[in-house]
Amino acid sequence: MMISARAYGDNGKMKEYHYTGPVEHKFSPYAFNGGTVLAVAGEDFALVASDTRLSEGYSIHSRDSPKCYKLTDTTVIGCSGFHGDCLTLTKIIEARLKMYKHSNNKSMTSGAIAAMLSTILYGKRFFPYYVYNIIGGLDEEGRGAVYSFDPVGSYQRDTYKAGGSASAMLQPLLDNQIGFKNMENVEQLPLTLEKAVQLVKDVFISAAERDVYTGDALKICIITKEGIREEIVPLRKD
Amino acid sequence: MALQDVCGFLETLDDISPCTYLPNEMGYMRRTPFEFDRDSAFHFLPPPQQCSRKNRAPTLFSSTFSSLSPHQQPFQLSHGTTTLGFIFQDGVIAAADTRASCKGLICCPISQKIMPIHSHLVVNTSGSGADCMLWERILTREMRLYQLRHRKRLSVNGAAKLLSMMLHPFKGTNVCVAATLCGWDGEETQETLQSCMEIADVKKAVEQDSNVSAISDESAQGSVKMASINEQDEISKDTQALNPTVSDQNTKNVQSTFGGRSGPRVCYVCSDGLQLKGEIISVGSGSPYAYAVLDDGWRWGMTVDEAVALAREAVFRATHWDAYSGNNVDLFHITAHGWRRRDREDLKEEYYREREREKKKIKEREKERQKREGDELVEGEGDIYSVHCG
Repeated sequence: MMISARAYGDNGKMKEYHYTGPVEHKFSPYAFNGGTVLAVAGEDFALVASDTRLSEGYSIHSRDSPKCYKLTDTTVIGCSGFHGDCLTLTKIIEARLKMYKHSNNKSMTSGAIAAMLSTILYGKRFFPYYVYNIIGGLDEEGRGAVYSFDPVGSYQRDTYKAGGSASAMLQPLLDNQIGFKNMENVEQLPLTLEKAVQLVKDVFISAAERDVYTGDALKICIITKEGIREEIVPLRKD
Repeated sequence: MALQDVCGFLETLDDISPCTYLPNEMGYMRRTPFEFDRDSAFHFLPPPQQCSRKNRAPTLFSSTFSSLSPHQQPFQLSHGTTTLGFIFQDGVIAAADTRASCKGLICCPISQKIMPIHSHLVVNTSGSGADCMLWERILTREMRLYQLRHRKRLSVNGAAKLLSMMLHPFKGTNVCVAATLCGWDGEETQETLQSCMEIADVKKAVEQDSNVSAISDESAQGSVKMASINEQDEISKDTQALNPTVSDQNTKNVQSTFGGRSGPRVCYVCSDGLQLKGEIISVGSGSPYAYAVLDDGWRWGMTVDEAVALAREAVFRATHWDAYSGNNVDLFHITAHGWRRRDREDLKEEYYREREREKKKIKEREKERQKREGDELVEGEGDIYSVHCG
């Protein structure tokens, strides 16, 4: 039996454990199912990428559960966090999109979807959807747009954003490679589609190395004016 | 919200009976001039009722709101900031940092905390990001409605009261909004309607390019002139002959208007219900540092350049000491002619310039010291020590 050093106090004697009484565990309506989502906007394209691992605690529920959902021909949403809320939220968004299409006879633009999602999320301000959303798509002028959200609906337009379990590891890397932050005397070339896809693949491979909830496979949705194309790349499965 | 009504789409909260729509205080308020129509933003967000049946066994997420006590959320909302606003003889300065943090992680290094409401009012927001975003929208909407109904703009104090009353039903919940309303109260004429319509354009330009410096101008007589300086586009409107009747701005008490005195105004509203009026207001985790700088340098008779420099310095010092503030500083200046936005400035450069200045000062001090020692030794009697040349 392994006894760790923590069982011993400062004076070398074993620590005594104090029983403080029965502890009540309340039912929590939330669970954390892991996963990482990333979106990048270029001049005339947008990328939304996610890993496909669905986990909970120490178990993996599924290795093939991508977190990107196609909304319209020009918009894809990536949702990570609690899978139950992700599913319900995407159902609600799809229903609202259909209603808009039927009443206004046109599809919602990326900006409109973002504004609508903000109000949907704030509608449950006191029992929020535990979902980190990132919308990637093309705006009305055909330029790439990325909108990132917090769980209660605060949002803004970005050029790139990482969300989910490995977001804190990926965001600084993107700041450096796409935002050219903290780089002196560097020529800031605009991001091409090929370079962006390669960068996303490299970034997820790094994330899978260090984050236990990220791995199995990577799905990239590439949105251009021709439509939405998907690429699947395997990642570490351990 | 109009779209929701057209679609007949109700938020998926069962058991929203009409009596839970609005708490009693709001019902009473509906007889006042601040009449919130039933289709207001609130119908999708009834505030959670304070749990009157506390000993009820927690059922499985049933529909009634009252059984839901605020859950232990597994995430934190964004907080932590430095914002400030102060008045002086030539208007109001509103400044803020741009860091949005979330319990240790910086969610967004380039958030915009100062949002214009109309041509003569901006709001500095701090607290939870989503709450501030939404409440600013609600306030803008209500002020616009007031203006359309009463044909005059609501004063800054009036706006503060309005926001405070709207936030009141949410007291006790974890809605966290701390807003500083900075604006110029003035006389009203017909062109304010026009000006408000163009705010939307300016806002869009501001959002798309953070380096835009947008100027909003309004005179007492002429129509609105709005120019947004942007390499790509210029939105400009023609003006009639500008003949401002706004008198000398060196006195606080410029003219008597319908609502009272006109002039610069700064008001603080908090979701707890606190409302403050003053000359200098700073909010957020970095506010103690900002207050220290502001108290030292503020005078009513400052010039615009001095005021801008003071605000910038206050935010810079606060970002230096406070971990939750940082990145850039946004600055707005509001006068009788409207608000004007200064380019967003990255404080990293300022930090390096400061270091250079310090290095120079140390060198100079070293030189002085050596020179002084050299002089002393020359004057002194003993020649035990070798003479240092300064």
